Amino acid sequence: MSGLANFLRRIGAMAVDGVWRLGFATRFLGLVLLYSGQSLRRLPLTIREIYFSGALSLLIILVSGLFVGLVLGLQGYDILQRFGSSDALGTMVALSLLRELGPVVAALLFASRAGSAVTAEIGLMKTTEQLKAMDMMAVNPIARVVAPRFWGGVISMPLLAAMFSAMGIFGGWLIGVVFIGVDDGAFWSQMQAAVDVRYDVMNGVIKSFVFGVAVSLIAVFEGYDCTPTAEGVSRAITRTVVSSALAILALDFVLTSFMFRGQ
Amino acid sequence: MMSRKTLDLWVGLFVVLGFGALVFLALKVGNFSGLGGNATYSVEAPFDNIGGLKVKAPVKSAGVLVGRVADIRFDEKSFRAMVRLDIDNRYEFPRDTIATILTSGLLGEQYVGLEPGADEAVFKNGDRVQITQSAVVLEKLIGQFLFNKAAEPSAEPQK
Amino acid sequence: MAIESPELPPLVSLSGVRFAYGEREVLRGIDLSVHRGQVVAIMGGSGCGKTTLLRLIGGQLKASGGTVEVAGHDLAGLGNADLYALRRRMGMLFQFGALFTDMSVFDNVAFPLREHTDLPAGMVRDLVLMKLQAVGLRGAATLMPSELSGGMARRVALARAVALDPMLILYDEPFAGLDPISLGIIGQLIRRLNDALGASSVMVTHDVHESLGIVDYVYFVSEGRIVARGTPDEIRASADPFVHQFVNAEADGPVPFHYPAPAIAEQLGGGA
Repeated sequence: MSGLANFLRRIGAMAVDGVWRLGFATRFLGLVLLYSGQSLRRLPLTIREIYFSGALSLLIILVSGLFVGLVLGLQGYDILQRFGSSDALGTMVALSLLRELGPVVAALLFASRAGSAVTAEIGLMKTTEQLKAMDMMAVNPIARVVAPRFWGGVISMPLLAAMFSAMGIFGGWLIGVVFIGVDDGAFWSQMQAAVDVRYDVMNGVIKSFVFGVAVSLIAVFEGYDCTPTAEGVSRAITRTVVSSALAILALDFVLTSFMFRGQ
Repeated sequence: MMSRKTLDLWVGLFVVLGFGALVFLALKVGNFSGLGGNATYSVEAPFDNIGGLKVKAPVKSAGVLVGRVADIRFDEKSFRAMVRLDIDNRYEFPRDTIATILTSGLLGEQYVGLEPGADEAVFKNGDRVQITQSAVVLEKLIGQFLFNKAAEPSAEPQK
Repeated sequence: MAIESPELPPLVSLSGVRFAYGEREVLRGIDLSVHRGQVVAIMGGSGCGKTTLLRLIGGQLKASGGTVEVAGHDLAGLGNADLYALRRRMGMLFQFGALFTDMSVFDNVAFPLREHTDLPAGMVRDLVLMKLQAVGLRGAATLMPSELSGGMARRVALARAVALDPMLILYDEPFAGLDPISLGIIGQLIRRLNDALGASSVMVTHDVHESLGIVDYVYFVSEGRIVARGTPDEIRASADPFVHQFVNAEADGPVPFHYPAPAIAEQLGGGA
């Protein structure tokens, strides 16, 4: 009986803690936006973070995109040829990448590559009192450290997702057209007929932008909020990856249900 | 720490690649040139029944995409469906053009077909299509067929 | 050695300051003042609240009672912008230096100059090299913080803390974890920089002998109260049992060796 009571108590405590953290994260987002003006006026700070978050994630994004495209080409061809419509391979590859796989997989990779690095960096700065030192030098750490990293992530994410999709379509084309022998013209023309720029491409970009905001916020928040010990930093990194993944998938469902209702 | 110049170079490359990918998606994968941001004019077409027609469905003439369905609403006065068609400015249609709701393939999506008439005057923005033909509703068709079948044998004993 | 000027109000003055972390009361009514030009040490055992005291003076924490005044401003009434304006005239040396690990020694010292002034690059360079020269590390300007020893890192942090020629320098355990040579160097630097800049310094430490050699005034803190105060000579001659225990590093005294517990006879051989 007391075991059950304890269990319930722990669940309750976790729920309260979760709501508290959500509230703090929201207030933190407000602070980041408030101080963004100051830090965006000094563009080199943000450019540096675009390098660390974006440019350094290029390789993993391009390689993963290529492999996902190759797999889509193989699986798509296998399924479509059962209905005698292997010409629609381009359509299938392009739509699944633009609407779902591009934004979602790129965001998941981004969270584990760049998000965790940002959390580690900010967490370490907190642990070694660098943030406090900055604050004592009358330099606001949110404006100087947090906001540039946040915006670096937000700017990088849609670009990375676009590269992922483009690379994936290239991979699908490579398998479908070059190796299997689907007609090149049919591949592109069917794709072009089916893909609507505003409906499919723009919605994909919007998705990746939203994911970029979510992942960047989680990454800077977990770093800023971590317990200032080595163990605290490592726990914060784990939390960044886990919460980012959950947030991406949950947001993806919500956005998809708004965007693609098959009118 | 690398120099500012190298860093800017990498970020520049990254941004160029990113926007390059976006342009590729917009132009090569999607069909931006087709009917993306071109100016359109709209005409309204009343239908008795639109079947499964959806907003954004294609408007075709002679099989060529000339526009999209912009809006569908129910007109309380005439109890008919009002379908607004956005048609590309490049194409002009005579005022006695017939709008028909068609289905691509047996079970494909529904679209609006325009069959040009012979009138000298052409549609202008806000005009109304005079002659329309409703969607073929499969249930109605089957119902009619069954009704006819049922009517036949009942007539026979009277002979 | 200090220029005591009674007609000027003290630079830092605390009166009746109380502070609590949640339920736990750390400071229970502290009165303390630092005059211009003085180097003041706050001493006490670990966990007695002396670092909290330093944070209150720096405005990182807000007192739950009493007033903290720095340069005539009551910190409780200052908004964020005013607090930052005040902090530009303060320097703080953190326990382990807190150097920015992604910047070179040069960039670390240049950081406050670049953030707060629009000086041309050449002038920033000269100022930084002068500050580094003052701590004897001009030759280490291009090194990264990871390449420095603990004592060198502390000296670089000191150069950074005085980059804007502050009126008040705060030191959090400046001697912790240093070898005797580095310890002596840091001690001399604290005194020299204070006098050269005409600044005042507040130092939180538990290193008695090193600090008694360089400071003008000492406060002893225990259990959230000031238990003793005086010039180094007065402290050395003090008959106060707490000061005596602290200065001579005796294990038992007013600060008990044993954590409060029931009598040992009651706990041993109990069994039944």
